[in-house]
Parts: sequence; C-alpha cells; structure tokens
Amino acid sequence: MKEMLYWQALNQALDAEMAADETVFILGEDVGLFGGTYRVTEGLMAKYGEWRVRDTPISENSFTGLGIGAAMLGLRPVVEIMTLNFALLAMDALVNMAAKIPFMSGGQFSMPLTLRMPGGVAKQLGAQHSQRLESILMNVPGLRIVVPATPQDAYWQLRQAIRSNDPVVVLEHELLYFTQGRVDEGAMAPAIHQAVTRRSGEHLTCIAYSRMVQLALQAAETLAKENISMDVIDLRSLSPIDWDTCAHSLEKTHHCLIVEEDCRFAGAGAEIAATLQERCFFLLDAPIQRLGGLDLPTPFNRNLESASIPRTEDILTAARQLVNPG
Amino acid sequence: MDRMNLSAMLRDMLLARAFEEAAAEEYSRGNISGFLHLYPGEEAVAVGVLHAAEPGDYIISTYREHVHALVRGIPARQIMAELFGKKPGICGGMGGSMHLFDSTRRFLGGYAIVGETFPIALGAAYAITYRHLPEAVICFFGDGAVNQGTFHESLNMASLWKLPILFVCENNRYQIGTEIHRHSAVVEVYKRACAYAIPAEKVDGMDVLAVHDAARHALESIRSGDGPQLLELETYRYRGHSMADPGSYRPGSELLAYQAHDPIATAIQLSQSPYPSLEDIRSAGPDCLDQLTDHCSNNELLDEETLTRMKQEVQKIVEDALAFAQASEEPGMQDAWDAFLCNRRFETLMKSPT
Ligand SMILES: Cc1ncc(C[n+]2csc(CCOP(=O)(O)OP(=O)(O)O)c2C)c(N)n1
Ligand SMILES: [Mg+2]
Repeated sequence: MKEMLYWQALNQALDAEMAADETVFILGEDVGLFGGTYRVTEGLMAKYGEWRVRDTPISENSFTGLGIGAAMLGLRPVVEIMTLNFALLAMDALVNMAAKIPFMSGGQFSMPLTLRMPGGVAKQLGAQHSQRLESILMNVPGLRIVVPATPQDAYWQLRQAIRSNDPVVVLEHELLYFTQGRVDEGAMAPAIHQAVTRRSGEHLTCIAYSRMVQLALQAAETLAKENISMDVIDLRSLSPIDWDTCAHSLEKTHHCLIVEEDCRFAGAGAEIAATLQERCFFLLDAPIQRLGGLDLPTPFNRNLESASIPRTEDILTAARQLVNPG
Repeated sequence: MDRMNLSAMLRDMLLARAFEEAAAEEYSRGNISGFLHLYPGEEAVAVGVLHAAEPGDYIISTYREHVHALVRGIPARQIMAELFGKKPGICGGMGGSMHLFDSTRRFLGGYAIVGETFPIALGAAYAITYRHLPEAVICFFGDGAVNQGTFHESLNMASLWKLPILFVCENNRYQIGTEIHRHSAVVEVYKRACAYAIPAEKVDGMDVLAVHDAARHALESIRSGDGPQLLELETYRYRGHSMADPGSYRPGSELLAYQAHDPIATAIQLSQSPYPSLEDIRSAGPDCLDQLTDHCSNNELLDEETLTRMKQEVQKIVEDALAFAQASEEPGMQDAWDAFLCNRRFETLMKSPT
C-alpha cells in the first residue's frame, strides 16, 4: 500500500502492464521524451525504448487508427490523446473503426485498444479545452468507457483496460491528476465496470462519477450534520453501467440524485435517470433529479466557469429539496 | 517479366469479371441490396498486385473489394454468401459487400469510409516492424482518397518510421461523379509521395504484367526493410460508381477508349503471342533461356481450347457460389450478439473479489 498521486498511479499501471506483456505499447503526442503532458508516461521511454513509447506527429485520426490496425494484429496499444478535445479529430477511428471492426468481421478480430484522454473543466482553459465527451461516446455500441475517480481506480482500471479485448476509453479528469490517495497494488480489483458505494446512507442515493464523486462526498459530510444520510455511488464505468448497484441503493433510499459535470441536456444523467425510472419506478418516492453542467460552452471567466458546472453547494441544495420538499 | 504466373493471373481476372457480373445480376433481381461497388475494368490492378503478395503479407481494401478478397483466396462461396447477407458468409452476414474480412488470410477488411485504409495499414505495419518480421502490408485506395487527411497523416508516419507498406492507388480517374481534374490540383497521384520522401511510380493499370512486375519489385524491397513505396495504377471502371449509379456523367467515348485496352483482352493477347520478341528475350537478362521455356510452356497452357476451358471453369465456380448463397440460411439475432460480444468471451481481466 502506497500513497500516490493519480498520475503516478496511471504511470505505475502502465509500467506494470508493459513489464508483464511485451505486446503493450504506448503512442501519442509528447508521451516519450517529454514524458506526457500530465507526466503519466514519465520515464517509460527510457525504460522501454522508442518502439514501445512512440512520440507521434499531430495526426489524431491516423495514430488512433494506427492503434486499431496494430490491435488487429494482436498488439495492445495504449493511445494517449493529449486532451479529449482533440479526440474529436479521431472520431472516425474510434466510432467507425474501433467500435465496429470486431462486429463487422463477424467476430474474427478483437480490438485490445486502450484510449486514454484527459478532459473535463479544469482552470480557465476556455471553451475548446474544457469539454466532456462521455455522452457522445456512450451512444456508440462497442466502446467501453471508464471514469476512474481515485488513484486506486486509475491504477486498477487502466490495467484492466489494457487487458481487455474490447476497445476501452479511459476518461481521466484534468483536476484529478494531482489528487492523492492510497494505492494497493496487490489488492484484488472489482470488475472493470462495477460501481462502488463510497459512502453509505439511508435517505437518498447520489450517483456520480469522476471528479463529481469528490463533490458528492463533501456534500454527504455536510448533510450528515443535518441528519440527512446520503448513499454515494461512484459509477466507475459509463459503458456498460452497473445498474444493479444503483437499483439496490434505491431499494433502501427511494430517492435519487444524479450528478454529472457534462452538459445536462442528453447527458449521461439522462440515460441513467431514464433507465432507473424504468426499472425502479415503484421504489421511488420522488422524481429522479439531475444536476449537470449548463448547456453552454464553458466560459473563460473564472466565476462563470465555476458556476457552469455543479458545485458542492448545488448538490447540498438539490439533496435537501429532494428529501424535504416544500 | 514473370510469365509463369500469367495463366494463373488470367484465370483470376476471368473469375473476377464473371463474379462481378453475376453479382450485378443478383442485385437487379433483388437478391443483393445495399451499396454494391463493382470492379470490371480494374481487374489487372488487384490481380497483378496480389499475385505478388506472400501469404504472410496483409491486405487492406476499400468498399470495392470483392476481387481483392477473391484473389487473396477467400472462396467465392463465402464472398457471395456475404453479399447476400447470409450466415455462412465470410463475416456471418454482419459485414456485407463493403466489409469483407478474413483473419486467417490476413485480409484486414474492406472499409467504407474513404481514407480509412491508410491508418489501418499503418498499424499493421507498425506491428510487423515491432516484431521484426519480413512481411508487408498492401494498402489499396482510390484517387478520391488522396485528398483525405489520413492519406497525408499516414504517409508521413509510414515514411518517418520506415514502415513496410505498399500504398496502391487504384486511379480510375473518378470519385463517384467527379473527374480527377475537378477534385485534385495535382492529378498525378504518385507525385504526391515525394512530399513524404516515399519512392513512387506510375504504372499502366490495364497491363497485368506491368502491374505485377512493379508490385513484386516494390514488395521485395519493402519486406527487406527499405520503407514504404507507392504505386499509382491508371485504370478505369466500366460500370457506374455503384449499382445505384448509371455513370452518365462520363463521355461514352471515354469508356470505349478504355475498353479497347481491356485488361483481360490484353492478358489473353500477351499469353497467346507465339514467341517473345528478341527485345523481350534480351531484356529478360541472363535468364533468357528460362524465360523462353516458361513462355513456351505458357503458350501451350493458353491456346484457344485452354482459354475456353478456363472460362467454363470460372463460370462454374460463380454458379456454384450463387447456388450456395441462395441456399444458405439467414443469421439470427443471437449471431449478431455473438459477433458483437466476441471480445468478452475470453476476457482475462484482473480477478474480482466478488
Ligand atoms: C469520408 C467519406 N466521404 C464520402 C464518402 C462517399 N463516397 C463513397 S465512395 C466515394 C468516392 C471515392 O472515390 P475513389 O477514392 O476514387 O474510389 P473509387 O470509388 O473510384 O474506387 C465517395 C465520395 C465516403 N464513403 N466516405
Ligand atoms: Mg476513383
């Protein structure tokens, strides 16, 4: 068991998989000599050489496609897209190739591709560099999407992603890279798509993922002082989603609040709410509530930026309203 | 000049034409639907190039790929059944005309988004070099695909890392209805390769021997680690872009001019000339005796009678493929789920405590 930063956990996961399996290689912009924009690939080129840690030109669609072709021949590429905003230029590779080749070939080819990308609203990066794409990717059958919120999950889920024969998108949050946590490299991991309960409560269920889990836990702390006890579920995976863990919690709390950073309209929360109400309608004492980012490109201004996505106060207000309406 | 293969190449060209004409007919009958892009006129390209391929090489093609698949050795039955969307099709009916794949024959697929073949080739070639293998990747694409970003991105990376790729441009001068002078500032595709320091050559794509020679030389050098090369093969499609396109934007005289150089007629002629010219013998180098023997035995193989037999034989193969496709069962929804979830069957992720 070690204390480490989120980026270090990712670095350890890459190192462990590269040491264990010669077919694992990394490619992306500035992943080699420079060590990665968020230091995630630091030291790996020196250790494994340039064929296993490949610096690429700025050609997202083609180097993502390179990963796909290599995966068809049995290598296990880990493609880093510098930030997920640039993944929009690789959408053809991701959506039309990675997600479809195994299927279109009638199951002849597997696709052991991992695609890592930092994203989310960070600190005043402007509208083009402050995005989330999860809902767009969730609508693509054939991709798995994981959203680790802690260093331990970053470690586990990246290793699992590399071992998966499905294409897995690892959405890393830019504000989580320098958060700290315990990583037990020897502990057994939950399944890659399994949700976990981060805190148990009786009165309402808060379903969150990635950085929003931190905010939900802070809110739960405050609510506890008001005798509102909130179950906090960290989804960990957005495709597939572990519906059972969510439903079991609703059997206990009968109230549900979903918190996401992505734009609320047609966001991940919309899918979660729709499916849970289909499945758990008669368990619910109130309509499922969603908190999400405003349907607005992220403003540059600091105050407006932070007001455009859910804050801890917003979770508190929504939770109080949900359990004590009126 | 490799005349040993001439009769095999001729047979494949005849098979290709018969297969495609049969597919067209089945389309008109409603047995095949969807987009159907046919290859008549361009046979010398796929046949010449793929007869220079080794079993260890990888092939990537576009949506106009039935003939590449046939020449690579995928049985006509399995291709035709796939065009019909049937269960014994090479992709179980999940791919269709534009998406033929065969992992055992290293056929990495037909791709229907223009420009996708380049990055797939890049990845396959990266894996070959990664493993230090003497194999090559053959990447087919049309003249329209060279204006896609992936062409430039991929040529750059292929050259930068000396990847073993033979880029093969099937220049039929049209991207659907847009003639090459209206879609490209530089109409000689091979000239673009010099921007990425890739050796490139333009070859008559109606002459199967010329295509074969060029491809063989290029592939030998590529397999030995000299880096990528590009071939521009000038050819012509006799039909419209797809079965949905009558091709009326092209002047009739243009079609007639190309048909006068029909690749199959040319191949037949080549194989029937009684003796090679003195010039041919001299240019064959020290091995001219071998060449002459080959050529003579070729002639014996390819008299009128043999040719007729060959045509009957390919016709039978096509008819058998059609009957097979007709009689085959449809896939069920469970087959679709099985194909979709193929990657999860043998998943070896880390162990879960619960
Ligand atoms: C990215 C993309 N844009 C447009 C199309 C529609 N489309 C299909 S084939 C084609 C023309 C391609 O021409 P070319 O590359 O010369 O190949 P050819 O059909 O002549 O063999 C177009 C525009 C497509 N499939 N993909
Ligand atoms: Mg064309």
